[in-house]
Amino acid sequence: MSGLPNRKLRNAGIAGALGLGAALALAPEALPQERRSGFEFMSRESQVLQQDDTSNPGMLWVAEGEALWSARTGASGRTCADCHGDAAVSMKGVAARYPVYFAEQSRPIDLQGRINICREVNQNATPLPYESRELLALAAFIGKQSRGMPITAGDDQRLEPFRALGQELYERRQGQLNFSCANCHDDHWGRKLASSVIPQSHPTGYPLYRLEWQSVGSLQRRFRNCMVGVRAEPYPFGSPEYVNLELFLMTRARGMPLETPAIRP
Amino acid sequence: MPKRGSRPSPPKSSGRASSASFARRAGVLPVVVAALTLAAAVAGPAHAQELRPFTIVGDAIPEPLTGIKGDAARGRAIVVDRRKGLCLLCHSGPFPEQRFQGDLAPDLRGVGSRWSEGQLRLRLVDSRRLNPATIMPPYYSREGLIRVGRAWQGKPVLSAEQIEDVVAFLATLTEAP
Repeated sequence: MSGLPNRKLRNAGIAGALGLGAALALAPEALPQERRSGFEFMSRESQVLQQDDTSNPGMLWVAEGEALWSARTGASGRTCADCHGDAAVSMKGVAARYPVYFAEQSRPIDLQGRINICREVNQNATPLPYESRELLALAAFIGKQSRGMPITAGDDQRLEPFRALGQELYERRQGQLNFSCANCHDDHWGRKLASSVIPQSHPTGYPLYRLEWQSVGSLQRRFRNCMVGVRAEPYPFGSPEYVNLELFLMTRARGMPLETPAIRP
Repeated sequence: MPKRGSRPSPPKSSGRASSASFARRAGVLPVVVAALTLAAAVAGPAHAQELRPFTIVGDAIPEPLTGIKGDAARGRAIVVDRRKGLCLLCHSGPFPEQRFQGDLAPDLRGVGSRWSEGQLRLRLVDSRRLNPATIMPPYYSREGLIRVGRAWQGKPVLSAEQIEDVVAFLATLTEAP
């Protein structure tokens, strides 16, 4: 492990640990005081870009999401706000607990999946495709309402088997180059893969604006990038495998503040 | 005691390709084989290439996979090519013109004096045989790989000729850092 986090972070980690006894038992790999957001691995310029809402390009998606929140959609003619009211109140802390267990289908769903279920059931609207601008905008707007709040995903015991599947996928070697996620993000974080510093794998800022993409994208897009990188066959968008993997990572990131919409290189 | 390197079996994931080769072995009409081949090609997975057999002695493959020595200049080009050799994603080395060299793995300077050509060859072909936990990709093996992307199915990372070129080049890196 290369270097220790500064004292402030360490203290934050210890403070987080005090309230997170249950979650810590689920997170044996990266000790809480060693957990670092991808934010810390970025250049100062990128950090400033994330922190200044007037220059953070992710805020364009948030603004679009805000407009969609109040737009009539589907055969119902209902807006999101008709049921949920002011997102600043009703959506506060929501993104921080996703993926959640969706009892009707006995499986976990991510925030994008939840938005699409709401569209179908409550708005009589067609689901939005994964990575579509509208779905990313809504997810970014909802995520923004939890910015700075600690991640709380993984509370529900019914999620445990899915979290375990996600962990198994995280640790499974894949592709022609035979790498697991853990090979890089647990065992070699802080080191350089060509020009890129390998971060730990805490999905604290999704959907986020990636400079390489010149766009906001979801965590699933990030997963696909890594799988293609190790020459593995990526799963299709919306696959249960990606939701399980997100669940594992978000559970492991419990207590870390949500940064949506984050900037990443 | 020399042990015979097992001849890699067809990839388990590529059901279509192996059914095509089964048909060929069974002597099914060529037209059927052609149809199966076409189906496999349209469906994506590439045809499994025959991998050459090799013999491991200790921690080395003493003999070139191709029977002849490779070309060091071609080997250097493969090593620095980020889509072929991929070496500099993880390794650094004496390549002053190459920016952005990785540091996940040892510097390649002096690798030619640390290892013999035969030892280098086995480390390229399948480093897992020496260290199952290694992150060094198996460059000339299809065994045990999971969910290989369509474009890469049935293919080793490098061909036998390319392996020999890289071995020939790495053997020239005798100056320690």
